[in-house]
Parts: sequence; structure tokens; C-alpha cells
Amino acid sequence: MAIEVVTMPQLGESVTEGTIGEWLKKVGDPVEKYESLLEVATDKVNAEVPSPIGGKIAKILVDPGVTVPIGTPICEIEVEGSGAGQEAAAGVTPAAETLANAPAPTTPPVTAGAASSAVEGRGRFSPAVRRLAQEYGIDPGQIAGTGAGGRVTRNDVLRVAQEKPASKPAAAVGTAPAPAPAAASAPQPAVLLESAPAVIDEGDIVQPLSSVRKVIAERMVRSKQTVPHAWLMAEVDVTGLVELRERIKDEFKGREGISLTYLPFMLRAVVEGLRAVPEMNAQWNNDSIVLKKSINIGMAAATDRGLIVPVVRNADQKNVVGLAQATQDLVRRSRAGRLTLDDLSGGTFTVDNTGAVGTVLTYPVINAPEAGIVTMESIVKRPVVVGGMIAVRSMVNVCLSFDHRVVDGAEAGKFIQVVKKHLEAIGPDTSIY
Amino acid sequence: MAEANLVQLGRMSYQEAWNLQRRVGEGVGSGALLDTVLLVEHPPVYTVGRSAHGSLENLLWDEKRRQAEGIDLFMVDRGGDITYHGPGQLVGYPILNLSHHGKDLHRYLRFLEESLIRALQHFGIWAGRMPPHTGVWVGDEKVAAIGVKASHWITQHGFALNVSPQLEHFLGIVPCGIEDKGVTSMERLLGRQVSLQEVTPMVVEQLARVFEFQFRHVTPADLNIE
Repeated sequence: MAIEVVTMPQLGESVTEGTIGEWLKKVGDPVEKYESLLEVATDKVNAEVPSPIGGKIAKILVDPGVTVPIGTPICEIEVEGSGAGQEAAAGVTPAAETLANAPAPTTPPVTAGAASSAVEGRGRFSPAVRRLAQEYGIDPGQIAGTGAGGRVTRNDVLRVAQEKPASKPAAAVGTAPAPAPAAASAPQPAVLLESAPAVIDEGDIVQPLSSVRKVIAERMVRSKQTVPHAWLMAEVDVTGLVELRERIKDEFKGREGISLTYLPFMLRAVVEGLRAVPEMNAQWNNDSIVLKKSINIGMAAATDRGLIVPVVRNADQKNVVGLAQATQDLVRRSRAGRLTLDDLSGGTFTVDNTGAVGTVLTYPVINAPEAGIVTMESIVKRPVVVGGMIAVRSMVNVCLSFDHRVVDGAEAGKFIQVVKKHLEAIGPDTSIY
Repeated sequence: MAEANLVQLGRMSYQEAWNLQRRVGEGVGSGALLDTVLLVEHPPVYTVGRSAHGSLENLLWDEKRRQAEGIDLFMVDRGGDITYHGPGQLVGYPILNLSHHGKDLHRYLRFLEESLIRALQHFGIWAGRMPPHTGVWVGDEKVAAIGVKASHWITQHGFALNVSPQLEHFLGIVPCGIEDKGVTSMERLLGRQVSLQEVTPMVVEQLARVFEFQFRHVTPADLNIE
């Protein structure tokens, strides 16, 4: 007799967790391989999960209604004979002592050393995954796979590698490969380390996470864990820009029907910067750097459903008026909840209009796999020295976080200088067309 | 482009269509059938999905009232809570093998939404998504509901697009268990009469685009299932 552990199966690359709906078998029931074992709910799908193995239900580890990450042990099945040699099907790992001690619903999907090499079933990992594992000196047979059919995926290896004491330079670990534009907005399974648990005292309010909050959390952790952020800032004199906007804003509103803000001017300047330094319009791809052909600028926007980053496509093909219209349209539709998948994917760089919240200095988190994010802070009047004299000028800080694997300070500095030069070149009479 | 069957069932009772779905599902699962999309219009019926956990909390009308209105009730095995089907609603049951469509349940939901959003766009309706509430929305009102079952990556159930249903019938339920949002229809949004005949071809065209299908128009008899 051997005990096999069944884990929450993979329900798709964009699915990170599932809710136990109903157990179709009770403890003590016999179950055949591929027979429906339980129902799992995720979003508006009710999925019947087949048993990966035949045997008798020994223990049910997660109750109906409980949501657990993909790969979490959910039940144990008693199998005739020994587990060795059994073909590993969807989400089965042999129960080793380490697994039995772990608290079931919170067990991380992958526990190095939890599985015995005895089940090193063929086809549980591709040659590429085997090679990757070898590079980190990990036995792929010792990784509990979270992929389809219990396969060990690239992410599994990277996760285990990250839990292991560093045997490789950190820069090579666990970075999201540049995704195809269509897939960019799908939430990717994150590489998460366990956070310290919150201390909950009496009277504290515990708010469940919305799915938007969850996606933001995953992306932020992923970015901060995998991207070496470096930061710099420039002061920009926008006195001319402020005068221009004051002069034309009423006429603009009357003619175009929308308000003229500073954001389209900033986008225009960023486009110039990206043109001058294409390395900033790029993505890290582990063994290469992908220079993006299109310039699609995401603009971070707060909505009542949380932070979203709609994308102005082909921003380099638009003038200030076109950019004003595009941003206005995205803001309007995001507030109405009417953005489409296309609006939220394919960004190659991000601009964050932090001035809207009144700050003068921000350290923004990069929207990986992009190589940089730039902020436009509040425009404030300050005394500055111009030509040996003190003058009152409209000043703005522009802050840049960049992926230091992709570019160095020289390129990042050049980029921000181009942005600065472009904004400072705008005068009261500059044409916006 | 993959070949797929498209079956227009016209008006058919919920029970009969559900039986057909299951038989088609077995065929698609065994590989005997291509991916098959069933399109149907039901007589008035409320269906309660698995998210309700057997509770009828979101069913507001009692049996007497439902009988008076002529609305049936079914407990079904799809995801989601309670919903309504009835005349004037285009109901689609794509019975697909998701092994050929990326093996991703959420992506499948997004594809269904995308097909309907694009079809609505053709009629000048700017619909969108409202995460986390799966479905297709115009403002705060739902114009199409989605609820799916998957077993061994074979899908059942699907979507219901409100073309011109009797919206009063939604008053008998809290649709999908969401209290603070409403329901709308293409007819109401456009302020003119809209028929299923007018809308169906566009929905078929967009399903074909999004799922990369080349549809063969067939009858249930052509499917060769008992």
C-alpha cells in the first residue's frame, strides 16, 4: 500500500487558484483513474477534475468552499502496491514525510525534496526544463510539477532555484520571458515567496482580496523580486509649457471637446526619448534583449476598481492632439469599465502621472517585462538660477526607474535628458499639431 | 483555421438542449465529433449553477408566481449562480475540446466575452468587461451572461446574449447573485426592434474569428448521435 497525494491541477496558464466546489467521492470510496473526483470552481467555470490515479480515498485535505493555489495537496489516495513506477498523471506527487507535516491549504506548490526520485516518470519534464534544472544543480525528479499532467515547468524549476541558496548569479533567476502581446494581460502565475503573516488584533478588519488586487500584488512582487530597479531623477523647467497650455486650453476645449492636460506633452517627450534611446523601449529576455518595434505607452490610471494601465498604441505616430484624444478616450472607457483586452496589453513603456496625487518625488515599480517607467510629478513654482539671476520658474521633477540588466545609467541618463530637452523646448507659441 | 460544427437548433426546451449538449460532449470527448457550437432559443427558464451551492437565495419568485409567468426551474452543473433564459435571447453552447484551445479555462471565458463584445460593436454597442464579474457589460448593466462547465477539458453550457428578451423576467431573480448591477438588452440599448435572425450571423462570424473556426452548418441529425 502506498499513499499518493493529489494536488489542485493546472486549469490554465492564467489560472492561479481554484475553489473546491464539491467532492464527488468520500473518504473510503474507491476511485478509478480518470473518474471524476471533485468539482472545482474558478471564475464562471465549474470544472470536473478527474482522479489522476486509481485507488481508495484515504484523506480529503481541503473542504468545499476553500480556495487554494494550483499545486496545493487536496486529497490522498491509497494505491495498491507501491507508488514507484506508477505513471504520474495530473497533479500527483508521492506523499513524503515533508509533505505530510506541511499545513495543507497553505503549502507552497513546490517543495524541494518533497518528492522522492522514485516517481521520475518519463515525460514529466521537457529537455529544456531538464537542462534548466541541471544549470541550477537541481534534480528535476525532485520537483513537484504544477504543469499539465503534473509536468515540471520552467517556472517550477525557477521557483525551486530561488528557494535554494544562490548557486547562480541572481540576475539569471526567475524572470518573466517577454510575453507575446496577446498574452500580456493574462495574469501569470507569480513567483511568490511567503510574506510574513499579518498580526490580526481584535477589532481589525480583514478584507478579502479582489481579483484586481491579487493581480496587482502578484505583478508587484514579481517585478520587485526579479527586476533590479535603478532610479534617477531630473528637474525640468516647464515655464514655457505652462504658458502655452494657459494660452490655448480654452480654445482647445471648445474645438476638441476635451480638456488639455500636461500628460500628452509628457507622452510626446517620452516618445522622443524612446526614439533617441531604443534600449529603453526594450524587454529583458533572459539570454537576450528584445528591442520593441512599436512604441506603445501604458499610462498608469487609478480607477475605483484599482490601478490599471491602459495602453496608447503607436504613440510615436500621434501628435499632442492625437495623444490627448487617445488618453482621454482610455480614461473615459476605463472609468466606465469598457476597456478591451487590446487596451490593456502590448505596452512597451509606462508613464505615471504621479503629479495628479500631489507628489514631487516617486520611486515607481517597473511594469515588467518593460525596461522602464517614468513619472511626471507636480508642477510647482520655485526660485531657480537662470543666467546668474534668481527667477521664479514652473518646475517639474521627472523620475525614472529602469531595469539595470537592460540599460546602464548612461543610456537612462541620455533618455531622461532627451525628455527634459523636449519639454523645455516648448514655448508659449509652440504648435501642438 | 480548424473545422467546427455549427448547429442552429431554433426554439428548443432547456431539458432537450441539455441532453443534446451531454451527448455532443461525449462525442467531442471521444474524438468522434469536431468542436461543435449549438445555438438555441429557450422557452422561459431559470437555471441555478454550482456557485449557488444548492441555495435558492437569489430566486425571488415563488413557485406560484413562476407558474403564473410560465417559467421553469433547473439546477445545473455549470459555474456561476442563477440566470434566466427565454425567448429573444441568443443562447450558445460551444462544446469544445479546450486541449486544442490552449487548455486555459479563464482564457476560454475571455474568448467568449471577446466574441460577443466584437459582435455588439458591429451593432454600434460599446460593450466591455467588468472584472471580476465575468460576462459582457454596457456600463453597469449586463447584456450577456456566461457560465461554463468543463470536464476533461471538454466544455458545456456557454453564453446567453440578451437580444430582445422580456427583461421583466429578470425581476424574479438576482442575476448571477450580483445585487447592485442591472440587466439590459440590445433592443433596449439601441431603442429599436432587434431580432435573433439579425444578430446570430454576426455572433457566428465573431466566434469563428476569435476561436479560428471554419464553421460547417449542420443539423442535429448530421451529428449522428442518438
